[in-house]
Amino acid sequence: MNRLKKVFENSKGKLLNIYFTAGYPRLDDTEVTLKALIEEGVDMIEIGMPYSDPMADGPTIQESSKIALDNGLTINTLFNQVESMAKNTNTPFILMGYLNQMMQFGVERFLDRCVECSIETLIIPDLPPDLYHEEYKSLFDEKGVSVVFLITPQTSKERIQYIDSISNSFIYVVSDSSITGKTKEISSEQQEYFQRIRDMKLNNPIMIGFGISDNKSFENAVAYADGAIIGSAFIKAIGNKKEDQSIVDVVRNFVNDIKG
Amino acid sequence: MKYTIDKKGFYGNFGGAFIPEMLHSNVTELQENYLGIMQEKSFQKEFRYLLKHYTGRPSPLYYAHRLSDKYHTNIYLKREDLNHTGAHKINNTIGQILMAKKLGKTRIIAETGAGQHGVATATVCALMGLECIVYMGEVDIERQKPNVFRMKMLGAEVRPATSGSKTLKDATNEAIRDWINNPLDTFYIIGSVVGPHPYPDMVARFQSVISEEMKQQMQELEGKPNPDRIIACVGGGSNAAGAYYHYLDDEDVELVSVEAGGEGIHSGRSAATSILGTEGIIHGSRTLLMQTEDGQIIEPHSISAGLDYPGIGPMHAHLIKSGRAQVLSIEDGEALEAALELSQLEGIIPALESSHALAALNYLELKENEISIICLSGRGDKDLQTYMKFMGNE
Repeated sequence: MNRLKKVFENSKGKLLNIYFTAGYPRLDDTEVTLKALIEEGVDMIEIGMPYSDPMADGPTIQESSKIALDNGLTINTLFNQVESMAKNTNTPFILMGYLNQMMQFGVERFLDRCVECSIETLIIPDLPPDLYHEEYKSLFDEKGVSVVFLITPQTSKERIQYIDSISNSFIYVVSDSSITGKTKEISSEQQEYFQRIRDMKLNNPIMIGFGISDNKSFENAVAYADGAIIGSAFIKAIGNKKEDQSIVDVVRNFVNDIKG
Repeated sequence: MKYTIDKKGFYGNFGGAFIPEMLHSNVTELQENYLGIMQEKSFQKEFRYLLKHYTGRPSPLYYAHRLSDKYHTNIYLKREDLNHTGAHKINNTIGQILMAKKLGKTRIIAETGAGQHGVATATVCALMGLECIVYMGEVDIERQKPNVFRMKMLGAEVRPATSGSKTLKDATNEAIRDWINNPLDTFYIIGSVVGPHPYPDMVARFQSVISEEMKQQMQELEGKPNPDRIIACVGGGSNAAGAYYHYLDDEDVELVSVEAGGEGIHSGRSAATSILGTEGIIHGSRTLLMQTEDGQIIEPHSISAGLDYPGIGPMHAHLIKSGRAQVLSIEDGEALEAALELSQLEGIIPALESSHALAALNYLELKENEISIICLSGRGDKDLQTYMKFMGNE
């Protein structure tokens, strides 16, 4: 069974998924950050492949991507950085990137590299479920790599059911129709939306993301889902790191704050 | 129709809607409604009325005598430069603002590079009394001050795109983000035949008035609807799409797409997308784009801000790959020379974009009895600074 499935199977709820951009703030910080996140007991880790034109991401993640690219991070470097670590941990790694990056690398070659690096799950925000279904699903199934799809408050019930039917990892519930990096209180509309998704009793676990930045928003989200995903707030914490602080310290403080 | 989209929004292998789920409801709403709305009588009536009485259509098809003499052939210019706001861009913004109204949208967003599409959008928003926000790269805001001012004077808000390279592609990313954040009340008016389906097809249909008129005008002037060739510049490719549209299946009409070679195709400063580009995804559509081996999008260069785009509309990718259209690339200096030539031979100062199409005359084998139509997509007012610099340096 793949590692992500095991995490959900053994879950006692309140799963924490943290996103960070590979190669940020320095090229070789990928390994340092991964190691710290694993040590702090984060349940799953989403690794961002920096992209020049990340249209589904907000300014914080875009800026971190730009810095990572300026640092010289390539997809090959990223796989090399992740490879040995992925093999020596039970913490599942999820790779997040845009379809164009995978097309240029070669989709099949990309999947093969994922498998070599024990990465079983991808998030590709600009690959819509129906296009995935038609053009890519058989190849992904053959390689044993699954894709996480997003749903938003505008996603219809039928479409959510369709997405559930072709998913084999978890469903990423976008907390509101927005890009990453905004934080605000969870509104009553959002609570209704989360409740509506929960009441659908989907086959796949659900993780809530976007706009989660602290203990309060984390607790609010996990009340309705198997867990929550934090990205921009973590990137900001790393970006604001003081000279004398190590990434390990930042990660420890951040995870402690979130878990409360 | 071999060269138009299939049911799923693809031109052959190109096109589609590669969008995040956050845009799904907006894009689907448009996909499901745009053709029906465009066919409504009330829509057509208002669209045609505004094209005629507001924009000044039909634009003339002008026989350029002295230019024809010089190249020993017959050259017509399709005078899109005479449209209100100075280019073909207004054909599309009128169509899209009427679409936005039909869909009940109250807030308009747009992206702009040189500012031409931004001005055309701000213009129709003023006309319809709708809120207008135009995203423009910080770098472009600095180098296109008159157009920034025009948009403001027309009541639009110009928001600087400060991410990435701070130019057109980043302004487009910012506009897409705005749309993601405002999924209910906002309509995104895209300025070219790019973006997710149905934009390439919708924009091509709005611009197709260009070739619709060309057919009638050719019939009147030459007694036959078809020229031997149509020449148009291609950045995203909206004027070319409009000029080709009703000729796509007339394979006796040669289509010549002219890209910006910048400082030379292999100089590292070029926007010759179809030559330098490889298949990939940009702004929601699968097409040819300039990118690194690692799939990072490369910032292009052209002296003409309207051709300075790292991608190309999926329709053009298909026309080029299928051999239906021929591609030429014209360097910055050649475009400047062509602008000067047209100014002094015909008394028409063309936009730098259109000057690329004019410069293509030097590379084509033109026969004496042949008829070529050049789509003169815009006028040169906006490029005077560049022309002044060029002539001062001569």
